[in-house]
Amino acid sequence: MARAAVRGRLSWQVARVSAFVDETQDVRSIVLEAPAWPGHRAGQHVDIRLTAEDGYQAQRSYSIASAPEDEELVLTVERLDDGEVSPYLVDELRPGDELELRGPVGGYFVWEEPLGGPLLLVGGGSGVVPLRAMLRHRRAVGSTVPVRLLYSARTLDDVIYRDELTGLGAMDAVDVRFTLTRDQPEGWDGYARRIDRDLLEEVAWPASEEPLTYVCGPTSLVETVASALVDLGHDPARIRTERFGPTGT
Amino acid sequence: MSFVSRGFRGRRREDVDSSRVPPGQYVTGDFPVLSAGPTPRTSMDKWDFSIVGEVDEPRRWTWKELRELPSEEVTVDIHCVTKWSKLDTVWRGVSLDTLLDGVETSAEYVTAWSDGGYTTNMPLQDVRDGKAWIAFEFDDEPLDPEHGGPARLLVPHLYFWKSAKWVRGIELTLEDEPGFWESYGYHNYGDPWREQRYGGD
Amino acid sequence: MADVAVTTLDGNAIAGLLADVFGQEMTLATGTCASCGASGEVGTFVVYTRAPGTVARCPACTSVLMVLVTVRNVTCVDLRGLAALDLTR
Repeated sequence: MARAAVRGRLSWQVARVSAFVDETQDVRSIVLEAPAWPGHRAGQHVDIRLTAEDGYQAQRSYSIASAPEDEELVLTVERLDDGEVSPYLVDELRPGDELELRGPVGGYFVWEEPLGGPLLLVGGGSGVVPLRAMLRHRRAVGSTVPVRLLYSARTLDDVIYRDELTGLGAMDAVDVRFTLTRDQPEGWDGYARRIDRDLLEEVAWPASEEPLTYVCGPTSLVETVASALVDLGHDPARIRTERFGPTGT
Repeated sequence: MSFVSRGFRGRRREDVDSSRVPPGQYVTGDFPVLSAGPTPRTSMDKWDFSIVGEVDEPRRWTWKELRELPSEEVTVDIHCVTKWSKLDTVWRGVSLDTLLDGVETSAEYVTAWSDGGYTTNMPLQDVRDGKAWIAFEFDDEPLDPEHGGPARLLVPHLYFWKSAKWVRGIELTLEDEPGFWESYGYHNYGDPWREQRYGGD
Repeated sequence: MADVAVTTLDGNAIAGLLADVFGQEMTLATGTCASCGASGEVGTFVVYTRAPGTVARCPACTSVLMVLVTVRNVTCVDLRGLAALDLTR
């Protein structure tokens, strides 16, 4: 193997913001119109590039929140307190504004029906975004693959897509469990701690079912979950991981 | 590059005396941690600092020996090639002049190497005459491992990638030998005031 | 003073950069570490992006697998830490 110097081959395209959905106090979904959009697969993401008037540029990646079958292309962004790009996307961006994006990219963290199941989806904070795309895709193609979703958030108000996920849990073969790590509402009978081995042992498919697992969220959560699942006997080759930055849940 | 994101300004910059800010830099109150690899953890009884290469004889100091050398507190501005600058940073360290005292060499360059395999190069004269230290304290506290502790090279007049974290020694060389980032296109010298970020600048 | 600790990401975080450089989707490609022989998908590489360049390391032994540095719109790609890179997926 050697080294080479190359010019870029993946081009940036311009998308227009058409609408917003406020998901939580810190999280907003952005509906985009991208005329050159080639379609995507559930779990993929895009790179977004912002350019200031003086030429300064910043770039970040965001998972695609919409399913390939959805009419609209949607990204969901969490505002990070010390962020440079996310406060702009969540607080400043307006309908009609344009964004440069490239993608979709990411073939590793993708779920499609031929990959089968049963499915275990584990998300922390905004790590639920690509998992929601997978759940929507599963429904759109009429898949009956059994799926369990374990979602860790700070408080109930921080649960992104709460109504949609609770609704899925009610009517579909989707087992939805939340764990609220910082604060719980009165009468809460769900989990109330960071995901650990014991919690996974209760919630995850047994290793004997050979599930296909997708874990997404802050690096610390992803690594805790992945190693706990391996400890519980799961095949590491059937655990796919996507790490976001250091945001806590 | 005519596309502009309406209303995007990037990070808020601190207002400072611009004569202290090299071209293309912005001042931060944070101390960002940049790294190309895991933070090394070398036990202090194994740690040493060496001067090798084109020398009459190699020199080596254990941690205890290094700490017994005279050290000094310095307040310097630091400039990272990723565009942040931090003003008035306070360090304590042993001057390279102390470590190089009495060293006979025909070398004109040095390569600093670190735990984890990192290297960086510069002219020997750029680590002499009060321009460089082996720093083990930052802001009156032992240097945090994430920032290069137990000790890092401190060469503030060059871009901060030259201030090798987790430094373990310098090799005196006859030729200028590009280190890690230099071999991928970063500038061999790296003067922030002439904005020498990349080779050819 | 806010210190941002180094957090590692994985190959997913550089999917766009790699697609740009290789002209195709890369996160499913299988890389073999030249240092320890471990094999895995690029999506599983341990990636450091907070640096003057991007470094991808072996999840098993932390050796450097790939280094990518973009200077003036040209990206230098060093794959010498990989004994093999299988793009067949």
